[in-house]
Amino acid sequence: MNVDRSRLPDVGADPDFRFPVIVRHTLSNGLNVRTVEHHTVPIVTMVVQVEGGSGADPSGQEGLAAITADMVDEGTGSLSAIDVSDAITRIGAEYDLDVAPDVTTFSLTTLERFAGRGAALLADLLVRPSLRDDDFERVRRLRVDRLRQLKDVAPAVAERAFLRLMYGQHPYGHLSIGSDAALRELSTGDVAGFHSSRFVPSTATLVIAGDMSHDQMFDLAEEAFGGWSGDPLPGWVRASEVAPPDGPVRRLAIVPRDGAAQSELRIGHLSVERNTPDYPPLLVMNSVLGGQFVSRVNLKLREEKGYTYGARTGFDWRRGKAPFALHASVHTASTADAVRDSLEELEGLRGARPVTSAELALAKASLTRGYPRNFETAGQVARGVAQLALYGLPDTYFQEFVPKVNSVTVDEVSRVAATYLRPERLTTLVVGDHAAIGEPLSRLLGEPIVLSPEM
Amino acid sequence: MTTIGLPFTKHTLGNGLDVIVHEAHHVPIVAVNVWYHVGSKNERPGRTGFAHFFEHLMFEGSKHHPGGYFPPLQNAGGLLNGSTNTDRTNYWEVVPTSAIDLALWMESDRMGYLLPAVTADRFETQRDVVLNERRQNYENRPYGMAIIALSAALYPPDHPYHWVTIGAAEDLKAMRLDEVQQFFRTYYHPANASLVLAGDIDTARALDLADSYFGDLPAGPRPARITVSGSLAREYRLKIEDRVELPRVYMAWHSPAMFGDGDAEMDLLADLLANGKTSRLYRTLVYERRIAVDVSAHQSSRELGSFFLVAATAAPGQSLSDIASAIDAELQAVISEGPSAADMERAEAQIEAHFLYRLQTVGGFGGKSDQLNAYNVFCGDPAFFARDVARYREATQETVRAAAADVLRFDARVILSIVPLGRHELALAGSEPIAVS
Repeated sequence: MNVDRSRLPDVGADPDFRFPVIVRHTLSNGLNVRTVEHHTVPIVTMVVQVEGGSGADPSGQEGLAAITADMVDEGTGSLSAIDVSDAITRIGAEYDLDVAPDVTTFSLTTLERFAGRGAALLADLLVRPSLRDDDFERVRRLRVDRLRQLKDVAPAVAERAFLRLMYGQHPYGHLSIGSDAALRELSTGDVAGFHSSRFVPSTATLVIAGDMSHDQMFDLAEEAFGGWSGDPLPGWVRASEVAPPDGPVRRLAIVPRDGAAQSELRIGHLSVERNTPDYPPLLVMNSVLGGQFVSRVNLKLREEKGYTYGARTGFDWRRGKAPFALHASVHTASTADAVRDSLEELEGLRGARPVTSAELALAKASLTRGYPRNFETAGQVARGVAQLALYGLPDTYFQEFVPKVNSVTVDEVSRVAATYLRPERLTTLVVGDHAAIGEPLSRLLGEPIVLSPEM
Repeated sequence: MTTIGLPFTKHTLGNGLDVIVHEAHHVPIVAVNVWYHVGSKNERPGRTGFAHFFEHLMFEGSKHHPGGYFPPLQNAGGLLNGSTNTDRTNYWEVVPTSAIDLALWMESDRMGYLLPAVTADRFETQRDVVLNERRQNYENRPYGMAIIALSAALYPPDHPYHWVTIGAAEDLKAMRLDEVQQFFRTYYHPANASLVLAGDIDTARALDLADSYFGDLPAGPRPARITVSGSLAREYRLKIEDRVELPRVYMAWHSPAMFGDGDAEMDLLADLLANGKTSRLYRTLVYERRIAVDVSAHQSSRELGSFFLVAATAAPGQSLSDIASAIDAELQAVISEGPSAADMERAEAQIEAHFLYRLQTVGGFGGKSDQLNAYNVFCGDPAFFARDVARYREATQETVRAAAADVLRFDARVILSIVPLGRHELALAGSEPIAVS
């Protein structure tokens, strides 16, 4: 009773955090396997990451990686798409996939006692998908219809236009769902070709995390995936190895959305690869600028001005140069004011208002002190380890994260801000009511490029 | 079958605050989760959106730390958020074990001493923020106005579920600061709240800390329970034009209240109708006939009475009338014959898995702390987890069939068509145009 309310209680020393041991194996077919024991609930998560995300779509075949991934659970062997769905359901499993710019990731989470059935099913789907014409036609049509619906979803329209503005014709320059024209031209043969050259063991990674021993998980991997064969496409160049276009000078682009209640904003430019040694100071810089609730951008646009429900900044990381951007959905009437304030914040950090030591301390604390909560579930652990494989990071990465972030200094943040924030090269994209926002925005940023919402 | 459970200790403080502790030591974090038994159902017509708006003010600071709720907790590595629905408002932090005192200090300060920190400036800014939240999540989102129209059609104007939690824009604009103070005094006090601590903490220490930080806050009066009833007298057909490419049809029915008889059955029914390719509606509408691009079914469980919702979006060139007929045929089949034995086998594996998956996290929305509070606030007993699992396991082909027959009445439902701008003729025949803002 009678708590002292004159001051906040002290926070104790940070608890010890030890990331569990990652054990690596390479199967005879070259499959890179990593296992992590996670004994809390009798659950196991398996993640398979294959080379070839949306950045591997050949030019003119945008959407091929994603539709191939979608076809994986449309049947295998004697099982139809319905049978596959039934088999997943009967082991209480959750099956999911994520088509990222560099890789595509498939995951299956199930009860520990169904781990063997789950692994066998996942292997059948990934290694031996049926890829039947009739299923392909249905899946393609659903994706074409989805693209059509996305024209009305302001954040999707913004993402698509922003990638194109950032990367132009570069392999990273499109959404994973692709384009209507490309989807209409694709065939089952294209999918089979993509599958046979990208879904190969020597460039794939399998991560298993769950309530089992390393040996059990390794046996599971060997049993289910040991017979996987295939070779990567000779001479294949990763999207990350293709140089992106040079950033243009400051520009404004508008995608008209008549009568929209809000404007969807993206303000940014290309920055740097995920692998950069500057990652820790960049993370801290982003936290200060817009990476958390108490950040300059959110405090200004939401808490001071009330222009938006929330504003943030972030890197859309990938192996190659990543976009760095501010994201917000702002009231139509406040659009130009919100853009002006955003630009001021982006410029301020590398100019008149460098990071302060208090901001640095807050950003570091928020990134490091709660770090253990990122590894509460088997799924979080498995996906985390898959990220290490994706970016070629060491197994000690999670253990070293906290000390590395804690060693970041004010000077380092100022240095990376000066290096990677380029106010003179910012692209401001607005999806909104052109008639209402066009003039005030043009006064701020000059004549806009007007883009179509067509996907 | 795995035995699954959610063990806890419960103690009620002298001021009426329920304190529940669950230990889980594998990660050095503690979840703090507070529920106030107030939601938009406690609002009045003309004064809607209040409970949710109030949730925003709870993050702006309290008397002894007026500088905002986020900074100290973020500085301690905490993750925090809150949410409001028709029935309750929840607030949570997940903090490193070392910051448990801080989290409890902050939560108790805003429970006991919020009002002195609520200034006119903050009130006005958060009004703008919430109006923008409404624009972002409803007005500027395809099909975003459907839930507003359905709520208004399912319940009469004086029913607490007639309006949605975000509230009417004109009510938000008319809201006054003095109303906030009254709202706080009525609903935000220990006797109308429940606190869960879950994670890396010993039970005895957790109970001591809860008592230290919350024990001296004054108890307020327990708000009277709301009781209402409502039914639909006929089938209502409505339509809205929206900025969408493809028409969508929604069907909604009144259904058994959360945890009531038939609630679990309707939840199972939703899965067997529209979850995955094996489900009946997906298989017929999307997989085989290809007349729809998506279909969903959901038992939206609520305290005063739930609603059951089926929705499907037309494939290009397909009519909502064909889709509605196909849905009706599947519903009629399940009403007549009930689920198959295979349906029930699939459900059994999924029930076990879903309850187990729910035990993976201590905090956040839907984590163990949130579940304990749900059981405590809605059932008066955090031990309801076991009963919750049991009511799903005890469902049979016949109980699911009976619940479907009881709920899915063709002569007592709301059918809403949402069609592209200027294409009102694509709505189901006999639909009345309605205005939603």
